Amino acid sequence: MGRYVIRRLLQMIPVFIGTTFLIFVMVYAVGDPVNAMFGDRAPDPATAAQLRAEFNLDKPVWQQYLLYMAHIFTGDFGNAFNGQPVTELMRTAFPITLRLAIIAIVFEVVVGIALGVITGLRRGRPVDSSVLMMTLVVISVPTFVTGTLAQYLLGVKWGWIQPAVSPAAPVGELLLPGLVLALLSLAYVTRLTRTSISENARADYVRTAVAKGLPRSRVTGRHLLRNSLIPVVTFLGTDVGNLMAGALVTERIFNIQGVGFQLWQGIVRQNSPTVVGFVTILVIVFLLANLIVDLLYAVLDPRIRYA
Amino acid sequence: MTQTQAQSPPPSSSGPSPLLQVRDLHVEFHTRDGVADAVNGVSFGVEAGETLAVLGESGSGKSVTAQAVMGILDIPPGRITGGEILFEGRDLLKTPAEERRRIRGARMAMIFQDALSSLNPVLSVGYQLGEMFRVHRGTSRKESRIKAVELMERVRIPAARARANDYPHQFSGGMRQRIMIAMALALEPQLIIADEPTTALDVTVQAQVMGLLADLQREYRMGLILITHDLGVVADVADRIAVMYAGRIVETAPVGELYRAPAHPYTKGLLDSIPRLDQKGQQLNAIKGLPPSLLRIPSGCSFHPRCPVARAVCRADEPPLYEVGTGRASACHFWKELLDGQ
Repeated sequence: MGRYVIRRLLQMIPVFIGTTFLIFVMVYAVGDPVNAMFGDRAPDPATAAQLRAEFNLDKPVWQQYLLYMAHIFTGDFGNAFNGQPVTELMRTAFPITLRLAIIAIVFEVVVGIALGVITGLRRGRPVDSSVLMMTLVVISVPTFVTGTLAQYLLGVKWGWIQPAVSPAAPVGELLLPGLVLALLSLAYVTRLTRTSISENARADYVRTAVAKGLPRSRVTGRHLLRNSLIPVVTFLGTDVGNLMAGALVTERIFNIQGVGFQLWQGIVRQNSPTVVGFVTILVIVFLLANLIVDLLYAVLDPRIRYA
Repeated sequence: MTQTQAQSPPPSSSGPSPLLQVRDLHVEFHTRDGVADAVNGVSFGVEAGETLAVLGESGSGKSVTAQAVMGILDIPPGRITGGEILFEGRDLLKTPAEERRRIRGARMAMIFQDALSSLNPVLSVGYQLGEMFRVHRGTSRKESRIKAVELMERVRIPAARARANDYPHQFSGGMRQRIMIAMALALEPQLIIADEPTTALDVTVQAQVMGLLADLQREYRMGLILITHDLGVVADVADRIAVMYAGRIVETAPVGELYRAPAHPYTKGLLDSIPRLDQKGQQLNAIKGLPPSLLRIPSGCSFHPRCPVARAVCRADEPPLYEVGTGRASACHFWKELLDGQ
């Protein structure tokens, strides 16, 4: 196990370098950030040159990348072009998005798995068909539609919630955005759990559990669910990374100043240090989430052993 | 010629109310192609300390009968359409589900064929064994662990204490089946149903596991229903045999008598199809044809299309279970000729 973790951590290094380098090249190749800073007016050549020198933009891309990486490892993600340190942006943005992602994950786990179990045990019945239909609708409608609709109905028309989240983003205000963010994955979790449950429900060990005289709740909860959740946990683990990064649309709709919001601002304003910095952190989140999923796999299924 | 109706209890169980008494059990399955008659009027009894072997090909209804007795039949598609299952004098088919659950595992237990798939892969064997005590007796987690180790020792698993934390896949086939046996024995039930307990094992291990099961059964004086298609297993351990065909019992007899002189052509066919050491090199006498589809069971005697002695009457009239000797019955119109011809 220990050796497996070390090997996996070592494997992360080339992946990390590759992805960050790609992002770096793409961000800096897309346009001239110095020009973008000045908007429509053409910058004064001397000022532009000075800015380029300050942000190392006059050096070749690979040198810029190495310099950037060297700074990152000292905890310095550079300054945004407006002079604010990127780490400061991160300090405010990541906790908000993390809160949002946790709310979304809780929705997925509680609602998704519950619906999956109910439908999986009643396959082909009306409950199953209607939930299945609903998941299809959710999967086919994009987040910006459900998000805007929910915001309009609950926030504007009926006034049940604040249509926009305040900068501090307390948990209460994040509930609806969290649900909107969770919806798509929730539908997938439901379908995944349903398939897994109805497959395992016919397994021999479930019949044994019934023959042992265990109560229905124990047969389902302890024997059936434990086995059926293995693929679901894998999905949820990889989804953590998605939720952290993919909150872009949801955060825009509800004006949540989290990671997605900052990324979007960074892209629109061609604020390269912000974009590269945030994406670098997200890459690490993705890699770690995947590692944790693989380790969790071995905990859930003792037949899997890593050597 | 004495004649008993198929519904009446078989002659052997005429003593004071036996442990298990199944009367005229009917089970059908609703499939896409129609209704399959899996069990058609099966009656048998098992007494304490007795071993009844139920013999038959796949699809003869032996496993379905066992599942109906245990109450673990998949309903739907299965449906019990008639009959009685009297356990210690009480009709299980009229017993509320919650009470039946308490009987299951505690007073009647089942051993399944494939221990690898029948044990939960993600729970340790110690947990799965201890669960019996925790659920039925309310024993604490710690104490049920100790009891689980005791059980493993009783079925002769080496280093039981250490191995209780292992998972099913870490055991050999024979050891896994011992764990299944231990699980069935946990609460010292009155009745054990073993559904082909040795089919998935190596021949040498088969004998060990079968011997263990027989020893434990003697020790606890349990009734044992041994479902099998292996005539070799039956001879050593069973007291009585019931041969099933197309969802019916076609012959019941004490083991020795059935082997010596079968009173049904199907039983005779089964016995003739066993390879024999003294006839090496000869062709085996397999029974011709295939077992009938349960969707379309032949009229009259369901065995008639494959029967070497079938006549016109066999196609028309369904033979009842004739009493053909003390504790013996056969569902063949020509049982007398068969017995006389031996």
